[in-house]
Amino acid sequence: MSPRAFRRLETAMPWLVIVGTLLVWELAVDLFGIRQFILPAPTAVYAALVQYHEPILASAFFTLINTLLGFGIGIVVGLLIGIFIGSSRLAYAGLYPVLIGINSIPKAAIVPILVLWMGIGQPPAITTAFLLSFFPIAVNVATGLATTEPELEDVLRSLGATRLDILAKVGIPRSLPYFFASLKVSITLAFVGAVISETLASNDGIGYLMLQAASQFRTPLMFAGVTVIAAMGIATYLVCVFIERRFTGWATRKQTMAAMGGG
Amino acid sequence: MPNGALSIVDKAAAPAAAAPFVDIENVSLRYGESADTLAITDLRMTVGKGEFAAVVGPSGCGKSSLMKLVTGLLPPTTGDLRVAGARVTGPLKIVGMAFQNSTLLPWRDILSNTMLPLEIVQPHRNRLRRNRKEYEELACNLLATVGLRGFEKKHPWMLSGGMQQRTSLCRSLIHSPELLMLDEPFGALDAFTREELWAVLQDLWMQRRFTCILVTHDLREAAYLADVIYVMSARPGRIVATHRVDLPRPRTVESTFDPKFVDIVHKIRSEIAQARSDDRQRTAAAGAA
Repeated sequence: MSPRAFRRLETAMPWLVIVGTLLVWELAVDLFGIRQFILPAPTAVYAALVQYHEPILASAFFTLINTLLGFGIGIVVGLLIGIFIGSSRLAYAGLYPVLIGINSIPKAAIVPILVLWMGIGQPPAITTAFLLSFFPIAVNVATGLATTEPELEDVLRSLGATRLDILAKVGIPRSLPYFFASLKVSITLAFVGAVISETLASNDGIGYLMLQAASQFRTPLMFAGVTVIAAMGIATYLVCVFIERRFTGWATRKQTMAAMGGG
Repeated sequence: MPNGALSIVDKAAAPAAAAPFVDIENVSLRYGESADTLAITDLRMTVGKGEFAAVVGPSGCGKSSLMKLVTGLLPPTTGDLRVAGARVTGPLKIVGMAFQNSTLLPWRDILSNTMLPLEIVQPHRNRLRRNRKEYEELACNLLATVGLRGFEKKHPWMLSGGMQQRTSLCRSLIHSPELLMLDEPFGALDAFTREELWAVLQDLWMQRRFTCILVTHDLREAAYLADVIYVMSARPGRIVATHRVDLPRPRTVESTFDPKFVDIVHKIRSEIAQARSDDRQRTAAAGAA
Protein backbone atom coordinates (compact mmCIF):
# COMPACT_ATOMS: atom_id res chain seq x y z
CA MET A 1 0.00 0.00 0.00
CA SER A 2 1.39 3.42 -0.90
CA PRO A 3 1.88 5.92 1.95
CA ARG A 4 -0.85 8.16 0.53
CA ALA A 5 -3.40 5.39 0.35
CA PHE A 6 -2.44 4.40 3.90
CA ARG A 7 -3.01 7.95 5.16
CA ARG A 8 -6.37 8.13 3.38
CA LEU A 9 -7.36 4.83 5.00
CA GLU A 10 -6.24 6.21 8.36
CA THR A 11 -8.63 9.19 8.10
CA ALA A 12 -11.44 6.91 6.94
CA MET A 13 -10.94 4.41 9.79
CA PRO A 14 -13.32 5.96 12.38
CA TRP A 15 -16.13 6.14 9.79
CA LEU A 16 -15.51 2.58 8.62
CA VAL A 17 -15.73 1.32 12.20
CA ILE A 18 -18.97 3.22 12.86
CA VAL A 19 -20.64 2.12 9.64
CA GLY A 20 -19.43 -1.46 10.18
CA THR A 21 -20.81 -1.57 13.73
CA LEU A 22 -24.20 -0.21 12.61
CA LEU A 23 -24.36 -2.80 9.81
CA VAL A 24 -23.55 -5.72 12.12
CA TRP A 25 -26.07 -4.38 14.65
CA GLU A 26 -28.84 -4.07 12.03
CA LEU A 27 -28.16 -7.55 10.62
CA ALA A 28 -27.97 -9.11 14.09
CA VAL A 29 -31.33 -7.64 15.12
CA ASP A 30 -32.89 -8.96 11.88
CA LEU A 31 -31.18 -12.34 11.97
CA PHE A 32 -31.91 -13.24 15.60
CA GLY A 33 -35.36 -11.61 15.63
CA ILE A 34 -34.57 -9.43 18.67
CA ARG A 35 -37.66 -7.60 19.85
CA GLN A 36 -37.63 -3.83 19.50
CA PHE A 37 -38.11 -2.97 23.19
CA ILE A 38 -34.96 -4.98 24.03
CA LEU A 39 -32.67 -3.68 21.30
CA PRO A 40 -34.02 -1.55 18.45
CA ALA A 41 -32.28 -1.70 15.08
CA PRO A 42 -30.36 1.43 13.98
CA THR A 43 -33.04 2.10 11.37
CA ALA A 44 -35.72 2.05 14.10
CA VAL A 45 -33.63 4.46 16.20
CA TYR A 46 -33.31 6.73 13.19
CA ALA A 47 -37.07 6.56 12.62
CA ALA A 48 -37.68 7.55 16.26
CA LEU A 49 -35.19 10.39 15.86
CA VAL A 50 -37.12 11.73 12.88
CA GLN A 51 -40.56 11.18 14.40
CA TYR A 52 -39.79 12.86 17.76
CA HIS A 53 -37.27 15.39 16.52
CA GLU A 54 -39.13 18.33 18.08
CA PRO A 55 -39.20 17.17 21.74
CA ILE A 56 -35.73 15.65 21.32
CA LEU A 57 -34.28 18.93 20.05
CA ALA A 58 -35.96 20.95 22.81
CA SER A 59 -34.67 18.56 25.49
CA ALA A 60 -31.21 18.46 23.94
CA PHE A 61 -31.06 22.24 23.93
CA PHE A 62 -32.06 22.35 27.60
CA THR A 63 -29.37 19.80 28.48
CA LEU A 64 -26.77 21.61 26.41
CA ILE A 65 -27.47 24.91 28.19
CA ASN A 66 -27.23 23.27 31.63
CA THR A 67 -24.01 21.52 30.63
CA LEU A 68 -22.35 24.62 29.25
CA LEU A 69 -23.36 26.78 32.23
CA GLY A 70 -22.01 24.18 34.67
CA PHE A 71 -18.90 23.78 32.54
CA GLY A 72 -18.36 27.55 32.47
CA ILE A 73 -18.57 27.83 36.25
CA GLY A 74 -16.32 24.76 36.43
CA ILE A 75 -13.66 26.48 34.30
CA VAL A 76 -13.63 29.62 36.45
CA VAL A 77 -13.63 27.79 39.78
CA GLY A 78 -11.23 25.08 38.55
CA LEU A 79 -8.76 27.69 37.29
CA LEU A 80 -8.87 29.66 40.53
CA ILE A 81 -8.45 26.58 42.73
CA GLY A 82 -5.76 25.18 40.42
CA ILE A 83 -3.71 28.39 40.47
CA PHE A 84 -4.18 28.68 44.21
CA ILE A 85 -3.07 25.16 45.15
CA GLY A 86 -0.43 25.07 42.41
CA SER A 87 1.35 28.18 43.62
CA SER A 88 1.18 27.72 47.37
CA ARG A 89 2.39 24.64 49.22
CA LEU A 90 0.21 25.41 52.22
CA ALA A 91 -2.90 25.74 50.08
CA TYR A 92 -1.97 22.46 48.38
CA ALA A 93 -1.56 20.66 51.71
CA GLY A 94 -4.85 22.02 53.01
CA LEU A 95 -7.10 21.77 49.98
CA TYR A 96 -5.91 18.76 48.02
CA PRO A 97 -7.28 16.08 50.38
CA VAL A 98 -10.61 17.93 50.51
CA LEU A 99 -10.74 18.06 46.72
CA ILE A 100 -10.02 14.33 46.49
CA GLY A 101 -12.82 13.74 49.00
CA ILE A 102 -15.31 15.81 47.04
CA ASN A 103 -14.30 14.11 43.83
CA SER A 104 -14.79 10.59 45.24
CA ILE A 105 -18.42 11.20 46.19
CA PRO A 106 -20.71 9.67 43.54
CA LYS A 107 -22.47 12.73 42.19
CA ALA A 108 -25.80 10.88 41.91
CA ALA A 109 -25.77 10.80 45.71
CA ILE A 110 -25.45 14.58 45.88
CA VAL A 111 -28.40 15.36 43.61
CA PRO A 112 -31.08 14.74 46.31
CA ILE A 113 -29.26 17.18 48.61
CA LEU A 114 -29.09 19.74 45.81
CA VAL A 115 -32.80 19.25 45.16
CA LEU A 116 -33.47 19.90 48.84
CA TRP A 117 -31.61 23.20 48.56
CA MET A 118 -32.49 24.35 45.05
CA GLY A 119 -35.61 22.52 43.97
CA ILE A 120 -35.70 20.48 40.78
CA GLY A 121 -34.87 21.31 37.17
CA GLN A 122 -32.12 23.61 36.02
CA PRO A 123 -30.29 24.61 39.26
CA PRO A 124 -29.30 21.09 40.41
CA ALA A 125 -28.42 20.11 36.81
CA ILE A 126 -26.04 23.06 36.43
CA THR A 127 -24.54 22.43 39.87
CA THR A 128 -23.96 18.73 39.20
CA ALA A 129 -22.34 19.53 35.85
CA PHE A 130 -20.09 22.04 37.62
CA LEU A 131 -19.19 19.64 40.46
CA LEU A 132 -18.08 16.97 38.00
CA SER A 133 -16.18 19.28 35.67
CA PHE A 134 -14.11 21.55 37.92
CA PHE A 135 -11.94 18.82 39.43
CA PRO A 136 -9.87 17.77 36.38
CA ILE A 137 -9.31 21.43 35.55
CA ALA A 138 -8.11 22.29 39.07
CA VAL A 139 -5.79 19.26 39.30
CA ASN A 140 -4.32 19.77 35.83
CA VAL A 141 -3.66 23.47 36.29
CA ALA A 142 -2.01 22.77 39.66
CA THR A 143 0.17 20.08 38.04
CA GLY A 144 1.15 22.44 35.25
CA LEU A 145 2.24 25.07 37.76
CA ALA A 146 4.19 22.51 39.77
CA THR A 147 6.26 21.47 36.72
CA THR A 148 8.02 24.85 36.42
CA GLU A 149 11.77 24.12 36.26
CA PRO A 150 13.49 25.18 39.49
CA GLU A 151 16.42 26.63 37.49
CA LEU A 152 14.08 28.90 35.59
CA GLU A 153 12.60 30.06 38.87
CA ASP A 154 16.16 30.78 40.09
CA VAL A 155 16.89 32.81 36.95
CA LEU A 156 13.81 34.94 37.51
CA ARG A 157 14.25 35.29 41.25
CA SER A 158 17.85 36.43 40.79
CA LEU A 159 16.45 39.20 38.59
CA GLY A 160 14.22 40.32 41.43
CA ALA A 161 10.99 38.78 40.13
CA THR A 162 8.09 38.56 42.57
CA ARG A 163 6.04 35.40 42.90
CA LEU A 164 3.33 37.07 40.85
CA ASP A 165 5.87 37.80 38.08
CA ILE A 166 6.95 34.18 37.99
CA LEU A 167 3.32 33.05 37.88
CA ALA A 168 2.45 35.43 35.03
CA LYS A 169 5.58 34.92 32.90
CA VAL A 170 6.19 31.21 33.42
CA GLY A 171 3.66 29.38 35.59
CA ILE A 172 0.44 30.19 33.78
CA PRO A 173 1.76 29.86 30.20
CA ARG A 174 3.42 26.57 31.20
CA SER A 175 0.16 25.20 32.63
CA LEU A 176 -1.99 26.22 29.64
CA PRO A 177 -1.50 22.92 27.75
CA TYR A 178 -2.56 21.07 30.91
CA PHE A 179 -5.56 23.37 31.22
CA PHE A 180 -6.73 22.81 27.65
CA ALA A 181 -6.16 19.07 27.92
CA SER A 182 -8.37 19.04 31.03
CA LEU A 183 -11.15 20.90 29.16
CA LYS A 184 -11.59 17.86 26.90
CA VAL A 185 -12.11 15.61 29.92
CA SER A 186 -14.27 18.11 31.77
CA ILE A 187 -16.76 18.85 29.00
CA THR A 188 -17.75 15.19 28.72
CA LEU A 189 -18.04 14.96 32.53
CA ALA A 190 -20.25 18.06 32.52
CA PHE A 191 -22.67 16.21 30.20
CA VAL A 192 -22.69 13.25 32.56
CA GLY A 193 -23.50 15.55 35.47
CA ALA A 194 -26.32 17.37 33.71
CA VAL A 195 -27.96 14.16 32.47
CA ILE A 196 -27.71 12.43 35.89
CA SER A 197 -29.43 15.35 37.56
CA GLU A 198 -32.12 15.58 34.85
CA THR A 199 -32.81 11.87 35.20
CA LEU A 200 -33.22 12.14 38.96
CA ALA A 201 -34.86 15.51 39.40
CA SER A 202 -36.18 17.41 36.41
CA ASN A 203 -39.18 17.86 34.15
CA ASP A 204 -37.11 18.70 31.15
CA GLY A 205 -33.91 17.73 29.35
CA ILE A 206 -32.60 14.61 27.65
CA GLY A 207 -32.31 12.77 30.99
CA TYR A 208 -35.99 13.32 31.72
CA LEU A 209 -36.97 12.40 28.16
CA MET A 210 -35.15 9.07 28.47
CA LEU A 211 -36.76 8.35 31.82
CA GLN A 212 -40.18 8.99 30.28
CA ALA A 213 -39.40 6.83 27.26
CA ALA A 214 -38.17 4.02 29.52
CA SER A 215 -41.35 4.03 31.58
CA GLN A 216 -43.35 3.52 28.36
CA PHE A 217 -40.96 0.92 26.89
CA ARG A 218 -40.21 3.19 23.96
CA THR A 219 -36.73 1.86 23.57
CA PRO A 220 -36.03 3.39 20.10
CA LEU A 221 -36.70 6.83 21.60
CA MET A 222 -34.26 6.09 24.45
CA PHE A 223 -31.60 5.13 21.93
CA ALA A 224 -32.36 8.30 19.98
CA GLY A 225 -31.72 10.29 23.17
CA VAL A 226 -28.43 8.50 23.76
CA THR A 227 -27.41 9.20 20.16
CA VAL A 228 -28.13 12.91 20.57
CA ILE A 229 -26.14 13.12 23.82
CA ALA A 230 -23.22 11.34 22.17
CA ALA A 231 -23.35 13.71 19.21
CA MET A 232 -23.36 16.77 21.48
CA GLY A 233 -20.52 15.31 23.53
CA ILE A 234 -18.38 14.73 20.45
CA ALA A 235 -19.16 18.18 19.04
CA THR A 236 -18.20 20.03 22.24
CA TYR A 237 -15.11 17.83 22.60
CA LEU A 238 -14.01 18.81 19.11
CA VAL A 239 -14.50 22.48 19.95
CA CYS A 240 -12.16 21.99 22.94
CA VAL A 241 -9.59 20.23 20.76
CA PHE A 242 -9.73 23.09 18.29
CA ILE A 243 -9.20 25.69 21.04
CA GLU A 244 -6.32 23.62 22.43
CA ARG A 245 -4.55 23.45 19.07
CA ARG A 246 -5.12 27.14 18.48
CA PHE A 247 -3.61 28.32 21.78
CA THR A 248 -0.95 25.80 22.73
CA GLY A 249 0.44 24.69 19.40
CA TRP A 250 3.94 25.10 20.83
CA ALA A 251 3.38 22.20 23.22
CA THR A 252 2.09 19.69 20.67
CA ARG A 253 4.53 20.79 17.96
CA LYS A 254 7.42 20.00 20.27
CA GLN A 255 6.08 16.49 20.85
CA THR A 256 5.64 15.84 17.15
CA MET A 257 9.18 17.01 16.51
CA ALA A 258 10.52 14.74 19.26
CA ALA A 259 8.62 11.80 17.79
CA MET A 260 10.21 12.52 14.44
CA GLY A 261 13.64 12.53 16.01
CA GLY A 262 14.16 16.26 15.48
CA GLY A 263 14.08 19.17 17.89
CA MET B 1 56.34 27.22 41.37
CA PRO B 2 59.09 27.05 38.74
CA ASN B 3 56.87 28.11 35.87
CA GLY B 4 57.02 31.90 35.76
CA ALA B 5 53.75 32.56 33.95
CA LEU B 6 51.66 30.63 36.43
CA SER B 7 51.87 31.55 40.04
CA ILE B 8 50.21 28.74 41.89
CA VAL B 9 49.37 29.76 45.40
CA ASP B 10 47.64 27.93 48.19
CA LYS B 11 44.45 29.15 49.76
CA ALA B 12 46.25 30.89 52.61
CA ALA B 13 47.64 33.39 50.14
CA ALA B 14 44.51 33.94 48.10
CA PRO B 15 45.04 36.60 45.46
CA ALA B 16 43.42 39.96 45.99
CA ALA B 17 43.20 41.29 42.45
CA ALA B 18 41.25 44.54 42.30
CA ALA B 19 38.81 45.59 45.03
CA PRO B 20 36.84 42.38 45.65
CA PHE B 21 33.43 42.45 43.99
CA VAL B 22 32.40 39.10 45.41
CA ASP B 23 33.81 38.51 48.87
CA ILE B 24 33.11 35.18 50.56
CA GLU B 25 34.46 34.98 54.08
CA ASN B 26 34.36 31.75 56.09
CA VAL B 27 31.02 30.70 54.68
CA SER B 28 29.41 27.34 55.40
CA LEU B 29 26.12 25.93 54.22
CA ARG B 30 24.18 23.12 55.81
CA TYR B 31 20.97 21.53 54.56
CA GLY B 32 18.95 20.34 57.54
CA GLU B 33 20.46 19.49 60.93
CA SER B 34 22.82 16.49 60.88
CA ALA B 35 26.57 16.68 60.16
CA ASP B 36 26.53 14.83 56.84
CA THR B 37 24.29 17.46 55.27
CA LEU B 38 27.11 20.00 55.41
CA ALA B 39 27.46 21.08 51.77
CA ILE B 40 30.07 23.81 52.07
CA THR B 41 32.45 24.59 54.90
CA ASP B 42 34.96 27.32 55.64
CA LEU B 43 34.76 28.76 52.15
CA ARG B 44 36.95 31.76 51.36
CA MET B 45 36.93 33.28 47.94
CA THR B 46 37.26 36.73 46.43
CA VAL B 47 36.52 37.75 42.88
CA GLY B 48 37.57 41.18 41.71
CA LYS B 49 35.36 43.46 39.65
CA GLY B 50 35.47 42.46 36.01
CA GLU B 51 37.33 39.28 36.84
CA PHE B 52 36.50 35.88 35.37
CA ALA B 53 36.62 33.19 38.06
CA ALA B 54 36.07 29.47 37.61
CA VAL B 55 35.21 26.96 40.32
CA VAL B 56 36.11 23.34 39.64
CA GLY B 57 35.85 20.26 41.80
CA PRO B 58 34.75 16.63 41.98
CA SER B 59 31.05 15.99 41.44
CA GLY B 60 28.84 16.68 44.42
CA CYS B 61 31.28 19.14 45.99
CA GLY B 62 28.69 21.85 46.44
CA LYS B 63 29.45 23.88 43.33
CA SER B 64 25.80 24.49 42.63
CA SER B 65 25.18 25.39 46.27
CA LEU B 66 27.88 28.02 45.82
CA MET B 67 25.85 29.50 42.95
CA LYS B 68 22.79 29.76 45.15
CA LEU B 69 24.79 31.33 47.96
CA VAL B 70 26.37 34.04 45.83
CA THR B 71 23.09 34.98 44.16
CA GLY B 72 21.36 35.16 47.52
CA LEU B 73 18.85 32.41 46.68
CA LEU B 74 20.06 30.51 49.78
CA PRO B 75 21.29 32.18 52.97
CA PRO B 76 24.65 30.93 54.34
CA THR B 77 24.46 28.93 57.58
CA THR B 78 27.46 30.77 58.98
CA GLY B 79 29.91 33.33 57.67
CA ASP B 80 29.81 36.53 55.72
CA LEU B 81 29.05 37.03 52.05
CA ARG B 82 29.36 40.38 50.30
CA VAL B 83 28.66 41.33 46.72
CA ALA B 84 29.51 44.85 45.48
CA GLY B 85 30.33 45.84 49.05
CA ALA B 86 26.91 45.01 50.46
CA ARG B 87 25.97 41.97 52.55
CA VAL B 88 23.84 39.49 50.66
CA THR B 89 20.55 39.09 52.51
CA GLY B 90 18.11 38.10 49.77
CA PRO B 91 18.06 37.37 46.02
CA LEU B 92 20.36 39.82 44.24
CA LYS B 93 18.88 41.84 41.42
CA ILE B 94 22.01 42.49 39.38
CA VAL B 95 22.75 38.91 38.41
CA GLY B 96 22.49 37.03 35.16
CA MET B 97 22.34 33.24 35.34
CA ALA B 98 22.67 30.40 32.86
CA PHE B 99 22.52 26.66 33.48
CA GLN B 100 23.38 23.39 31.78
CA ASN B 101 19.75 23.21 30.71
CA SER B 102 18.97 26.27 28.59
CA THR B 103 15.56 26.72 30.35
CA LEU B 104 14.14 28.70 27.44
CA LEU B 105 10.38 29.19 27.38
CA PRO B 106 9.01 27.00 24.57
CA TRP B 107 6.07 29.31 23.84
CA ARG B 108 8.27 32.33 23.15
CA ASP B 109 10.46 32.92 20.13
CA ILE B 110 14.20 33.50 20.50
CA LEU B 111 13.86 37.29 20.56
CA SER B 112 11.25 37.43 23.30
CA ASN B 113 13.04 34.69 25.26
CA THR B 114 16.13 36.90 25.21
CA MET B 115 14.10 39.90 26.33
CA LEU B 116 12.49 38.15 29.32
CA PRO B 117 14.76 39.82 31.96
CA LEU B 118 13.81 43.24 30.59
CA GLU B 119 10.22 42.52 31.60
CA ILE B 120 11.35 42.09 35.21
CA VAL B 121 14.41 44.20 35.96
CA GLN B 122 13.98 47.91 36.67
CA PRO B 123 14.28 50.46 35.08
CA HIS B 124 13.78 48.46 31.84
CA ARG B 125 10.50 47.03 33.07
CA ASN B 126 8.80 50.43 33.09
CA ARG B 127 10.47 51.62 29.91
CA LEU B 128 9.94 48.47 27.84
CA ARG B 129 6.46 49.20 26.54
CA ARG B 130 7.26 52.68 25.25
CA ASN B 131 10.73 51.89 23.96
CA ARG B 132 10.11 48.41 22.58
CA LYS B 133 11.78 49.14 19.23
CA GLU B 134 14.95 50.30 20.92
CA TYR B 135 15.07 47.27 23.22
CA GLU B 136 14.36 44.87 20.37
CA GLU B 137 17.29 46.34 18.51
CA LEU B 138 19.47 45.85 21.57
CA ALA B 139 18.42 42.19 21.79
CA CYS B 140 18.91 41.63 18.05
CA ASN B 141 22.41 43.06 18.24
CA LEU B 142 23.28 40.87 21.18
CA LEU B 143 21.91 37.80 19.36
CA ALA B 144 23.96 38.78 16.32
CA THR B 145 27.19 38.86 18.35
CA VAL B 146 26.69 35.20 19.28
CA GLY B 147 25.87 34.28 15.68
CA LEU B 148 22.10 34.09 15.94
CA ARG B 149 21.19 36.77 13.39
CA GLY B 150 18.11 35.67 11.48
CA PHE B 151 16.92 33.29 14.20
CA GLU B 152 14.99 35.92 16.20
CA LYS B 153 11.56 34.66 15.21
CA LYS B 154 12.35 30.95 15.56
CA HIS B 155 11.14 28.96 18.52
CA PRO B 156 13.63 27.19 20.82
CA TRP B 157 12.69 23.69 19.67
CA MET B 158 13.69 24.57 16.12
CA LEU B 159 17.27 25.27 17.26
CA SER B 160 20.17 22.95 18.09
CA GLY B 161 21.36 22.56 21.68
CA GLY B 162 24.32 24.86 21.05
CA MET B 163 22.08 27.58 19.65
CA GLN B 164 19.69 27.24 22.57
CA GLN B 165 22.64 27.70 24.91
CA ARG B 166 23.74 30.81 22.99
CA THR B 167 20.24 32.19 23.45
CA SER B 168 20.40 31.37 27.13
CA LEU B 169 23.69 33.31 27.36
CA CYS B 170 22.09 36.30 25.63
CA ARG B 171 19.14 36.15 28.01
CA SER B 172 21.51 36.21 30.99
CA LEU B 173 23.32 39.30 29.61
CA ILE B 174 20.54 41.38 28.02
CA HIS B 175 20.04 43.56 31.10
CA SER B 176 23.82 44.17 31.39
CA PRO B 177 24.21 42.50 34.78
CA GLU B 178 27.30 43.27 36.82
CA LEU B 179 27.64 39.64 37.81
CA LEU B 180 27.17 36.60 35.59
CA MET B 181 26.77 33.18 37.23
CA LEU B 182 27.22 30.14 34.99
CA ASP B 183 26.47 26.63 36.23
CA GLU B 184 28.07 24.17 33.79
CA PRO B 185 26.51 26.07 30.90
CA PHE B 186 28.13 23.92 28.20
CA GLY B 187 27.96 20.59 30.03
CA ALA B 188 25.38 19.03 27.74
CA LEU B 189 27.04 20.02 24.45
CA ASP B 190 29.40 18.08 22.21
CA ALA B 191 33.13 18.90 22.34
CA PHE B 192 33.23 21.02 19.18
CA THR B 193 30.21 23.12 20.04
CA ARG B 194 31.59 23.58 23.52
CA GLU B 195 34.90 24.97 22.23
CA GLU B 196 32.99 27.27 19.89
CA LEU B 197 30.96 28.63 22.78
CA TRP B 198 34.07 29.17 24.91
CA ALA B 199 35.19 31.66 22.27
CA VAL B 200 31.71 33.24 22.14
CA LEU B 201 31.64 33.68 25.91
CA GLN B 202 35.19 35.03 25.98
CA ASP B 203 34.31 37.61 23.30
CA LEU B 204 31.25 38.74 25.25
CA TRP B 205 33.28 39.01 28.42
CA MET B 206 36.10 40.96 26.74
CA GLN B 207 33.57 43.43 25.28
CA ARG B 208 31.55 43.93 28.42
CA ARG B 209 33.88 43.04 31.29
CA PHE B 210 31.22 41.83 33.69
CA THR B 211 32.31 39.88 36.73
CA CYS B 212 31.80 36.19 36.05
CA ILE B 213 31.77 33.05 38.15
CA LEU B 214 31.76 29.84 36.13
CA VAL B 215 31.07 26.55 37.84
CA THR B 216 32.29 23.62 35.76
CA HIS B 217 33.79 20.15 35.90
CA ASP B 218 35.67 20.70 32.64
CA LEU B 219 39.22 21.73 33.57
CA ARG B 220 40.14 22.82 30.04
CA GLU B 221 37.04 25.02 29.98
CA ALA B 222 38.08 26.61 33.28
CA ALA B 223 41.66 27.21 32.10
CA TYR B 224 40.49 28.58 28.74
CA LEU B 225 38.05 31.10 30.18
CA ALA B 226 39.14 32.07 33.67
CA ASP B 227 41.60 34.54 35.16
CA VAL B 228 41.55 32.61 38.39
CA ILE B 229 40.54 29.02 39.13
CA TYR B 230 39.36 27.83 42.52
CA VAL B 231 39.61 24.11 43.21
CA MET B 232 37.02 22.73 45.61
CA SER B 233 37.36 19.60 47.74
CA ALA B 234 34.81 16.82 47.89
CA ARG B 235 31.79 17.33 50.11
CA PRO B 236 31.76 19.30 52.35
CA GLY B 237 33.21 21.69 49.81
CA ARG B 238 35.98 24.12 50.60
CA ILE B 239 38.66 25.75 48.48
CA VAL B 240 41.82 23.62 48.45
CA ALA B 241 43.82 25.55 45.85
CA THR B 242 43.77 28.72 43.79
CA HIS B 243 45.44 29.13 40.41
CA ARG B 244 45.95 32.28 38.38
CA VAL B 245 45.88 31.73 34.64
CA ASP B 246 48.12 34.36 33.13
CA LEU B 247 47.78 33.34 29.51
CA PRO B 248 47.23 36.22 27.08
CA ARG B 249 43.77 36.96 25.70
CA PRO B 250 41.96 36.33 23.52
CA ARG B 251 42.71 32.68 24.03
CA THR B 252 41.99 30.26 21.22
CA VAL B 253 41.79 26.50 20.88
CA GLU B 254 45.50 26.76 20.02
CA SER B 255 46.12 28.13 23.52
CA THR B 256 44.90 24.86 24.96
CA PHE B 257 48.01 23.16 23.52
CA ASP B 258 50.33 25.72 25.10
CA PRO B 259 52.61 23.93 27.63
CA LYS B 260 51.58 26.41 30.33
CA PHE B 261 47.94 25.60 29.70
CA VAL B 262 48.57 21.86 29.72
CA ASP B 263 50.60 22.27 32.87
CA ILE B 264 47.87 24.02 34.82
CA VAL B 265 45.25 21.52 33.72
CA HIS B 266 47.50 18.68 34.89
CA LYS B 267 48.13 20.34 38.21
CA ILE B 268 44.40 20.85 38.89
CA ARG B 269 43.60 17.33 37.77
CA SER B 270 46.01 15.89 40.31
CA GLU B 271 44.58 18.13 43.03
CA ILE B 272 41.08 16.95 42.30
CA ALA B 273 42.25 13.33 42.22
CA GLN B 274 43.82 13.95 45.63
CA ALA B 275 40.59 15.51 46.92
CA ARG B 276 38.65 12.50 45.70
CA SER B 277 40.97 9.96 47.27
CA ASP B 278 40.96 11.91 50.57
CA ASP B 279 37.22 11.72 50.42
CA ARG B 280 37.25 7.96 49.79
CA GLN B 281 39.63 7.39 52.69
CA ARG B 282 37.47 9.48 54.95
CA THR B 283 34.38 7.57 53.92
CA ALA B 284 36.21 4.25 54.43
CA ALA B 285 37.42 5.36 57.87
CA ALA B 286 33.92 6.48 58.79
CA GLY B 287 32.59 3.12 57.59
CA ALA B 288 35.17 1.20 59.68
CA ALA B 289 34.48 3.22 62.79
